[in-house]
Amino acid sequence: MQLSRRLLLGTAAAAATLPVQRVRAQDKATIKIGVLNDQSGPYRDTGGLTSAICAKQAVAEFNAQGFNVEVIYADHQNKPDIGAGIARQWYDREGVDMILDVPTSSVGLAVGGVAKEKDKAYINTGAATADLTGKACAPSIVHWSYDTYMLAKSTGGATVKSGGDTWYFITADYVFGHQLQEQTTRFVQAAGGKVLGSSAYPFPGTTDFSSFLLQAQASGAKVLGLCNAGADTVNSIKQAKEFGLQTRIAAMLMFITDVHALGLDVAQGLTLTESFYWDLNPRTRAFTDRVRPKTPNNWPNMIHAACYAGTLHYLKAVQQIGVAAAKKSGTAAVAAMKAIPTDDDAFGKAYIREDGLAMVPSYLFEVKKPSESKGPWDFYKTIQVSPPDQAWRPLAEGACPFVKS
Amino acid sequence: MTFGFTRAQAVALVAMLALIVVAPGVLYPVFLMKVLCFGLFAGAFNLLIGYVGLLSLGHAAYFGMGSYIAAWTAKYWGFSAELAILTGGVVGAAIGLVFGWLAIRRQGIYFAMITLALSQMIYFFALQAPFTGGEDGIQQVPRAPLFGLIPLEDDMTLYWVVAAIFLLGFLAIHRIVHSPFGQVLKAIRENEPRAISLGYRVDDYKLLAFVLSAFIAAIAGATKSQVFGIATLTDVHWEMSGEVVLMTLLGGIGTIFGPVMGALVFGSLETYLAQFGDWVTVTQGAIFILCVLAFRRGIIGEIGARLRLVL
Repeated sequence: MQLSRRLLLGTAAAAATLPVQRVRAQDKATIKIGVLNDQSGPYRDTGGLTSAICAKQAVAEFNAQGFNVEVIYADHQNKPDIGAGIARQWYDREGVDMILDVPTSSVGLAVGGVAKEKDKAYINTGAATADLTGKACAPSIVHWSYDTYMLAKSTGGATVKSGGDTWYFITADYVFGHQLQEQTTRFVQAAGGKVLGSSAYPFPGTTDFSSFLLQAQASGAKVLGLCNAGADTVNSIKQAKEFGLQTRIAAMLMFITDVHALGLDVAQGLTLTESFYWDLNPRTRAFTDRVRPKTPNNWPNMIHAACYAGTLHYLKAVQQIGVAAAKKSGTAAVAAMKAIPTDDDAFGKAYIREDGLAMVPSYLFEVKKPSESKGPWDFYKTIQVSPPDQAWRPLAEGACPFVKS
Repeated sequence: MTFGFTRAQAVALVAMLALIVVAPGVLYPVFLMKVLCFGLFAGAFNLLIGYVGLLSLGHAAYFGMGSYIAAWTAKYWGFSAELAILTGGVVGAAIGLVFGWLAIRRQGIYFAMITLALSQMIYFFALQAPFTGGEDGIQQVPRAPLFGLIPLEDDMTLYWVVAAIFLLGFLAIHRIVHSPFGQVLKAIRENEPRAISLGYRVDDYKLLAFVLSAFIAAIAGATKSQVFGIATLTDVHWEMSGEVVLMTLLGGIGTIFGPVMGALVFGSLETYLAQFGDWVTVTQGAIFILCVLAFRRGIIGEIGARLRLVL
């Protein structure tokens, strides 16, 4: 007993000191990309390792001549202070030149602050907040794939046009939920729709949505808007199904990976917005076919696709301005990204606007019935396509400080 | 036996000072500042659990509010660093006074539950109040200059300031514990009815200890917000209250150096395991189970017991 105890003690002590000893390699001719996202919590499937795999795919396809590219990744546990801490350390000590992904708006903004301070490139593909290209914008930040404005406009406005003109909201009672509801309401009303009512539920911690669902049903609204995210969205959809709710459900923030988790039986008929779907055209299918063998259980969603496209485009910019210049200034690298038009298999031809927003189309999808689905991950029907100039917030409305000058 | 330090403690103190001086040459200073903040926080918590026997499950409330107030005053009122941190500490102490006044009326599990419930109210307040920025927190807080004069943008300058704050707090805790006041606290821990029968106004002692602990915890939180330039819900969440229990447990409850060691190990786990993705939480859990099973007195407590020393 004594011996084994001592052994345990020794092992624990060794384990505690081990991670501190780290090898730092700083090669001048290496561009280092850090994928920072949730790898153990609620967003592990919407981002997670698949994001890193997609970034590596871009690196492999770009096949850089004259410099090496290294991809590292870490888990920010959805805590802004941990995320900002890792970002600081990566930029300061590990020689990371570009940070990628960073879901959860609070963490996304915190890392944005660090990128701005250190003048390092930062391509956010995972956070919803439109502030990254608005009041929290910086010349070294790119926001690619989606934001709250684009989701609200597409799901709110387009759903009204396709007949869903009366709405009821179930909203998570915190800033994100209220902002989403407010923005969606604006687009619903602008398109001629009406909001009949809304219920705010305590966040976090609510798991029983039945009373809110019944209120939604009693209101007689044609569309139920879910202004929440993650597990709350999944729970409300499941319970709506159990109640046999007849209204159309519009999930304001949902990914194909969530649909996969729910199953078509439950998710059928849902309306949602993404900027990428693997089955859009031959190029998206080709991209997905290349990535799929590496991530068989988790097909790419718009975050993953943007990790691929963002990395590819960043490397093109690095190639153009040279490794030394790209390492020295994130602003220079991002300026080059804005100067070169983007072209990749995931999003096709597009460009990055002055404020850092990737101008790609957005798609309103409806989830297929099980009978309509022909194969694995065959989930979406396209209802409406919004071209880039209509999908996103106009440049002037963002109030991004550096754009004016 | 100078300044209430035994010889072993003096040696440990010198070792700790040497580490604080040498460490930034080897490790990342921002990481070390985080460890120092958490060390101070755990020390404040340990003041209650280790020396008065009060298990507070709501220390995140003081830590978090200290962090919010310091961030807010530095960002919007342009307070200098020491003023922002002090304001954070005072607000934390004020909250501690109210919560402590309510909580010390009960013992054991009821005390723990009341502190938890009250801190959840603070969490709810932080989530809903407009000034905290909801789940985004208060971000991009500038590193205010010390005394309005010395700029703290440089990591190393800030490191020495944080180290000084940590040492002040650490010595204050040590002084409190080894004062006549601290002796009474320990008497209350050992046998509360007897302390009452000896004529001590136990409630007043407990309340004062509670407020002191809340004050130091809030100072730690306020300092952290200056280091990272951010104050968020993480700091007021109940998980933070749980983490400080674990840090103290890991290092050694009722030892002066234990909480600091606990914070170091815990901070290393959180920071250096981040690269292992999925395995962060699993590894953390396994290490904690191991510690609780294999050395219940904590790292420092166990070393002290082996060497028959009070650390």
